[in-house]
Amino acid sequence: MTSTTSAQATSTAPTGDVVIAVRDVHYDAGGRPIFAGLDLEVRRGRITAIMGPSGTGKTTLLRLITRQVAPASGQIEVFGADLAPFGRSEIYALRRRMGLLFQNGALLTDMDVFENVAFPVREHTDLPEPLVRLLVLTKLQAVGLRGAANLMPGELSGGMARRVALARAIVMDPELLLYDEPFVGLDPISLGFILRLIKHMNQALGITSVVVSHDVQELATIADDSYLISEGRVAAAGTPAQLRASDSAAVRQFMTGSAEGPVPFHYPASDYATQLLGADER
Amino acid sequence: MNGAWQGSYLLGGLRRLGAVTIFLVKLLTQCVPALGRPRLLVLQIYNAGARSLIIIMMAGLFVGMVLGLQGYDLLRRFGSEEALGTAAALGLLRELAPVITALLFAGRAGTALASEIGLMRATDQLTAMEIMAVDPLRYVAAPRFLGGVIALPLLTAVFSVIGLYGAQLVGVQMMGVDRGVFWSQMQSSVGLHDVNEGLVKSLGFGVACSLIAVYEGYHAEPTAEGVGLATTRTVVASSVITLLIDYVLTAAFL
Repeated sequence: MTSTTSAQATSTAPTGDVVIAVRDVHYDAGGRPIFAGLDLEVRRGRITAIMGPSGTGKTTLLRLITRQVAPASGQIEVFGADLAPFGRSEIYALRRRMGLLFQNGALLTDMDVFENVAFPVREHTDLPEPLVRLLVLTKLQAVGLRGAANLMPGELSGGMARRVALARAIVMDPELLLYDEPFVGLDPISLGFILRLIKHMNQALGITSVVVSHDVQELATIADDSYLISEGRVAAAGTPAQLRASDSAAVRQFMTGSAEGPVPFHYPASDYATQLLGADER
Repeated sequence: MNGAWQGSYLLGGLRRLGAVTIFLVKLLTQCVPALGRPRLLVLQIYNAGARSLIIIMMAGLFVGMVLGLQGYDLLRRFGSEEALGTAAALGLLRELAPVITALLFAGRAGTALASEIGLMRATDQLTAMEIMAVDPLRYVAAPRFLGGVIALPLLTAVFSVIGLYGAQLVGVQMMGVDRGVFWSQMQSSVGLHDVNEGLVKSLGFGVACSLIAVYEGYHAEPTAEGVGLATTRTVVASSVITLLIDYVLTAAFL
């Protein structure tokens, strides 16, 4: 596997200062270690992909960055500030500079699309109604759903709900956008829309983006940097092309989605024949 | 072995009581800002109160009618049917209206609250608010809690009025108790403290039932089973606590 040191050498190269720095983070959930010495950096103005098999704690990483949970040890810096001493008001101030796109959109079901997008504006500012309307309509236009402003969340398809959630996430003009599995369960057209939007948010608005996903092919088309997380630490890092050309068989297996490779098909179990013939075991 | 089991059960109960108390304190600190948002509050009073009106009015009518029937039968044995107005009024105002309204409220509005908040938890809506730097305790929990606390005494008042009408309907219209005696006896022997007893009780029940519903919903496991469990626990806990508080407050008022 590519070592973490060489990984950082590749990603420290050209652009921007560090927006997120995760250093030697350890985190357990219910006694099961999720991260054991995780190190990674996200640079300003770039799209960083966090990849890994299901259950490797990709979503947990986002929960750590947004400080929904605290690491057992290690340091997480966001916008140059260590999160460890942060109190509730500081965490809230930090979150106002970032947006998180949930896997299912997480729209508020008791209000329509327009009100959902207007929600953060109404909560955090005293802008007059015409200005709120303008803000909301421009963001809805950006995700192509201005015509759906009066629909309720229950009337939206999965892809539309995610785009509304994206409009809501960008309505306060965040510097950092976190995407939690944005491609799961989308039809090819919706998937294309979301890909285009992520790229657009990054290029046109200059928003630093972190995309957590296991959809390697989709990510490869938009990511500037990528990290492959496995067994609680960074297994490989670099551009998607570098990962695909990795000399580690496990990394290559993940990147190409092959059934053959060092990652076994079978969950660890006792000897097959012994179990079949044994009467006392299930 | 048995002792250890009881000990852990007791400890679990105490821990839960502590958690609910801490939640109540947090909730109360968020109630002041919630009061400054009348639109949200009115919506929740409507949800918890106005939407429970039909069931409360129907229950009030039938309970009043039963009271009229039973009261008449009982008082006739002592030859004092004219006391029916007093008996019905005292029974309703002090006891039946607050308790039955609270029990119905727990079943109708409490479960709706718990499952609504639980589903918001299960569909990440509460987390989304947290991420948008909006405290869900302030935006979701506090208005619903306050809505319940305000709605329950109002519903109790409606229950009492309809109940008295029901008692009058049976006692006076059907059984033939004198209309003048029915009302004048009630007027002379029912004091403000009787009304207050019912009011204080319904406020206490309102706090307890709304708190339990909001707490259970807010802490529901984010699964279908978890939300169902939270709803069930809301009804069970609200009913038991209502009857417990009822005894304590009755003893305090006597």
